Amino acid sequence: MNFVVCIKQVPGTTDIKIDPETNTLVREGVPSVINPFDTYALEEGVRLKERCGGKVTAISMGPPQAEEALRETISLGIDEAILISDRAFAGSDTWATSYVLSKAITKIADYDLIICGRQTLDGDTGQVGPGLSEMLGVPFVAYVSKIEEIKEGYLKVQRMVEEGYETMEMSLPAVITVVKEINVPRLPSLRGSMKAKTAQIPVWTAEDISADTDKAGLTGSPTRVVKIFFPQRTHKSEMLQGSTELQVTQLMEKLEEII
Amino acid sequence: MEYFLTEQQQLIKSLARRIAEERILPVRAELDETEEFPWAIVKDMADADLFRIFIPEEYEGLGEGCFALCIAIEELARVCCGVALTYAADALGAMPILLYGSDEQKQKYLPDIASGAKLTAFGLTEPSAGSDAGAIKTTAVLDGDEYVLNGTKQFITNGGEAEIYTIIALTDPRKGSRGASAFIVDKGTPGFTFGKKEKKMGIRSTATRELVFHNCRVPRENLLSKEGLGFILTMKTLDSSRPGVGALAIGLAQGALEAAVAYARQRVQFGHPVSAIQAVQHLLANMAMELEAARALVYATAKTIDSGARNFTEEGAMAKVFATDMAMKVTTDAVQVFGGPGYMRDYPVEKMMRDAKINQIYEGTNQVLRNVIALELLKRKALRE
Ligand SMILES: Cc1cc2nc3c(=O)[nH]c(=O)nc-3n(C[C@H](O)[C@H](O)[C@H](O)COP(=O)(O)OP(=O)(O)OC[C@H]3O[C@@H](n4cnc5c(N)ncnc54)[C@H](O)[C@@H]3O)c2cc1C
Ligand SMILES: Cc1cc2nc3c(=O)[nH]c(=O)nc-3n(C[C@H](O)[C@H](O)[C@H](O)COP(=O)(O)OP(=O)(O)OC[C@H]3O[C@@H](n4cnc5c(N)ncnc54)[C@H](O)[C@@H]3O)c2cc1C
Repeated sequence: MNFVVCIKQVPGTTDIKIDPETNTLVREGVPSVINPFDTYALEEGVRLKERCGGKVTAISMGPPQAEEALRETISLGIDEAILISDRAFAGSDTWATSYVLSKAITKIADYDLIICGRQTLDGDTGQVGPGLSEMLGVPFVAYVSKIEEIKEGYLKVQRMVEEGYETMEMSLPAVITVVKEINVPRLPSLRGSMKAKTAQIPVWTAEDISADTDKAGLTGSPTRVVKIFFPQRTHKSEMLQGSTELQVTQLMEKLEEII
Repeated sequence: MEYFLTEQQQLIKSLARRIAEERILPVRAELDETEEFPWAIVKDMADADLFRIFIPEEYEGLGEGCFALCIAIEELARVCCGVALTYAADALGAMPILLYGSDEQKQKYLPDIASGAKLTAFGLTEPSAGSDAGAIKTTAVLDGDEYVLNGTKQFITNGGEAEIYTIIALTDPRKGSRGASAFIVDKGTPGFTFGKKEKKMGIRSTATRELVFHNCRVPRENLLSKEGLGFILTMKTLDSSRPGVGALAIGLAQGALEAAVAYARQRVQFGHPVSAIQAVQHLLANMAMELEAARALVYATAKTIDSGARNFTEEGAMAKVFATDMAMKVTTDAVQVFGGPGYMRDYPVEKMMRDAKINQIYEGTNQVLRNVIALELLKRKALRE
């Protein structure tokens, strides 16, 4: 079986700073790491490969520096790592990111399961996994905490819900996002680290994956970040009352006020 | 001090340190308390390829030598001498196969040792044969295509947990030590059982057990080398593994020194940290000096072995004795720097001092090894005359 793990390189800190001028994350001077949730996705990919045989590939869409994160995945047991990078991808929102990744995975073609982290440390949306499954037209389960059974065309998982677990079955190929309860990621191996030093990390551009550049990057992103700010720590909270419809209308009004 | 580690040796050092700090440190006090065998950590070490370090490349290893092994042991022992011994004793158990195994024996056993799928142990000591190893009573009698083993081994590290055992037994009891031979015995062989697990002063996460052989039939092809060469094999095995005991000692002392320095800077008496007191400073200075001298000796011995030297009995014994005596002293002084808290289980130096003692005892007691060093000295002098 073939597994694809999607990883993102993020600033290695929870102390995120936002540039008030550009409304973007300040990345200078912050060492980059593999998104912590993605380390569980990587470990699960390697374990599944050890269990079922086959191949496990890691991909990341990002700037050229993301190669470093991909190289590290080789030391953790990943067979092949591919960087998806193109100037045209810069500024992609979650929709555009999902689109680009789906094109890259379509190029990989031979896959059974795609594994993502539950969310990233910086963007924090948790939208890329579901977006990817939508664009690939395959089933999706979020918050997977255990792979119970996997065989050709079939997957049974346990996923975390607020007060317990759900067991779900689905057909393969599919996309899952995983939570940290799923495993304890291994440390790099010596053989892996030596392999990582010399491993070739191919770079796939928009052209390589036949991505429509109008659908990627800033131009292809339907969402715009209008403003980012640190919320004032006020302890005021307001509970909306009434029917769901009424609550939603009230909520929309409040949100519009804020924006 | 600059010891000129290669890129690969640096990688080994940093990875062993990560395992020690991320996987061992959080559980070392618990392992000491519960005396539980650290299987989860063994799995981590296996995943990280630490068991491949001392196995040749043609048997799925990394083909690094004694020096790289010592670096890994040292880093593990800096955090926990117990877990580090489990690892070092695995290298000891593999040594007879590495040094004396036939190609078939190596093919059969080394890849599983390299991957960490199977641990090993070395069984020499018996109730009546400690320093006087020639007094062993375990026998191996050839019957058809099998040797039949009878006897009891005592104090065997990794006993019960390991899958592969090298056992020294007498094939010709009339010849004494010249009648000893070495056998590879798999766990699960009928007639091979385990006696009690010892309750120890230190290194409490390690398993030390009795091995009991009662009409245990071992295939003839499991004889290592030739009949009668069991003692030479034992001596050569221990010569090669003693720098590893030295590495346990320097790692342990390094951990104790670091803890003592940190504590001395933070403990205030008479209005200033105790690190400002010259008597304490001199204690720390001596600890650091003696540790570095021991490290230099252990590394030099390991590099001598890696250079292909044929006889290094004396060097191995020196490295083991000097480093383990140093570690006993340094860990005792670390407790001294801590004062009362150092005597309590709440602080790590108490465990370090308990862990240090065994290193002066096993793989040849430090007195016996002083005999060995003196004997080599005198032999050389006699040869020149
Ligand atoms: C408020 C805000 C402002 C932003 N501003 C900008 C901006 O100005 N410019 C800009 O370039 N970006 C910006 N982003 C980042 C960008 O929209 C997202 O980081 C990106 O789309 C991925 O979404 P996410 O980080 O929320 O990932 P999530 O959806 O939380 O990630 C879930 C999982 O999807 C996978 N995944 C996510 N991203 C990738 C990837 N790139 N490659 C491979 N796998 C991946 C991982 O497995 C991850 O664990 C912003 C994000 C937010 C929330
Ligand atoms: C925790 C632990 C783990 C061990 N692991 C293993 C293992 O994995 N495999 C294995 O085979 N064995 C193992 N041993 C056994 C260990 O090697 C022996 O305990 C050691 O060799 C000493 O033997 P003894 O205990 O019988 O002491 P004895 O030989 O009875 O010695 C008693 C005292 O007399 C001194 N002495 C004895 N003879 C002389 C001499 N000729 N000159 C000077 N002084 C002398 C000793 O130094 C000591 O002080 C282990 C022991 C322990 C405690």
